[in-house]
Amino acid sequence: MLKDITFGQYYEASSPVHKCDPRVKIILMLCFIVFIFVSQNAFALALSTVAVFFVLLLSRVPMKLFLKNLKAIWFVLFFTAVINLFYSNSGTVLLHFWKIEITTGGIYRSIFMALRIVLLIFISSVLTYTTTPNSLTEAIERLLSPLKYIGLKNAVHTFAMMMTIALRFIPTLIEEAEKIMNAQKARGADLENGSLVERVKALIPILIPLLISSVRRAYELAEAMECRCYNGGEGKTRMKQLRMSTVDLYAIIFIVVFAALVITLNIIF
Amino acid sequence: MDNIIEIKNVSFEYTDEQTVHTAVKNINLNIKRGSFTVILGHNGSGKSTLAKMMNGLNKPTFGDVFVDGINTRDEETEIEVKRRVGMVFQNPDNQLVASIVEEDVAFGPENLGLEPEVIRQRVDKALKAVGMAEFANSTPHRLSGGQKQRIAIAGIIAMEPECLVLDEPTAMLDPKGRREIINTLERLNKEKSITVVLITHYMEEAENADRVLVMNDGEIIEDGKPSEVFQNVKLLKSVGLDVPQTTELLYALKQKGFSVDTSKISIKDTAKEIAKSFFKE
Repeated sequence: MLKDITFGQYYEASSPVHKCDPRVKIILMLCFIVFIFVSQNAFALALSTVAVFFVLLLSRVPMKLFLKNLKAIWFVLFFTAVINLFYSNSGTVLLHFWKIEITTGGIYRSIFMALRIVLLIFISSVLTYTTTPNSLTEAIERLLSPLKYIGLKNAVHTFAMMMTIALRFIPTLIEEAEKIMNAQKARGADLENGSLVERVKALIPILIPLLISSVRRAYELAEAMECRCYNGGEGKTRMKQLRMSTVDLYAIIFIVVFAALVITLNIIF
Repeated sequence: MDNIIEIKNVSFEYTDEQTVHTAVKNINLNIKRGSFTVILGHNGSGKSTLAKMMNGLNKPTFGDVFVDGINTRDEETEIEVKRRVGMVFQNPDNQLVASIVEEDVAFGPENLGLEPEVIRQRVDKALKAVGMAEFANSTPHRLSGGQKQRIAIAGIIAMEPECLVLDEPTAMLDPKGRREIINTLERLNKEKSITVVLITHYMEEAENADRVLVMNDGEIIEDGKPSEVFQNVKLLKSVGLDVPQTTELLYALKQKGFSVDTSKISIKDTAKEIAKSFFKE
């Protein structure tokens, strides 16, 4: 049951998207999201769709992985589509009953909105599929580093360190939770049956030992970090330097052209 | 200076529910540069407390500890002490910080503020020294306990310390993992002349040491070469330690009237010794 939890969905492949600097990727993804929202008409959105699919293909991540992510939000998608169906009363009336009427304008709007969400999910999945959690953390740290000029110097480093340690300990803690569950089952604990309240109660003897051992781990880790000369990131350097390459240049050119086209299409039509 | 660590009249006290316990009682001890020292003792003998005083993690209640001539009490030179004396603990899982092996090994040198290229070299060298170079890009949680502990050791030696203090590094490992660690330590000591202080309750790990100390109740009760210390079978048993099976066998034979030399420790030497005494009779 716990083994199903996967953290970070990195998909190993060799593609220009994988090679792109994670900092650039994060910024470009944010740009993409903005432009998908800015696309006001069918032409602009069609262009966005083409651009998103171009990036998907370029990433060499199998399409079924992206579709899997859609499955998780099918309800939101469905809900958006249905709500928007009744939102517009432009165009010809196709269906009329009681006070509700469905128009061509409504159908158009419903497809438009749903497609926007699909594109948003796809483009953000590209980021997580092509970037390791570690480089994501590092990129976030670098991108947030200007915050140190407004007195948040330690906050950024602390946040990044927390992310790194969390990523490191999630598999360890999952393993430990499984061990404790098995130990409690061996003593006759029933975790699968009973009412919701009973099952929640049955979790307590698992959570408490897990919590206690985590505190103990944290204490030992702190000592070990101290022994490795950690003093809160003061004067710390990095072995792996993030470097921008020509791939990043192409990516930036791509996004600028894309932006220009979206804006033009929005104005023309 | 001949000694990397000098412990002078050191005691350590801690308070637990209003009663004061003395974990370490007035110890004087010098660790020679380049030596391999094993500290033996069962749980609660004060050996871990003593170890943690060797790099300033614990500050002595009385007395002083000097590392390379630096007093571990000085706040300002804390980092200097820690980069000279590296420490490895029992549970490898709780010492690794990053989820990629080489990034974890880089953690120490990064904290020291070294140049990226220097860190790269040190990381590669450290991983090679513990025989884990091929795992540079793996995740620690897919490795065995012994491998993880070797990564933890690599993380320390990447800081290029002069001395390595290990607090029961093999306690959570299977016999294979235990052997891996001891071999690694013996190699680091010989090839890189890193001073090693190994704290353990497994006697067989002390076989090849230069010096063995036995601790009981916060005091050092034995100090000498392994072959000398292990002679004292009665004393060792009285403080809850098991002598190596080979020593025990020779000891039993001697008591039955065979003329054997009980200072042999390795299985090979023991076998030879027994064979010799049988042919004599």
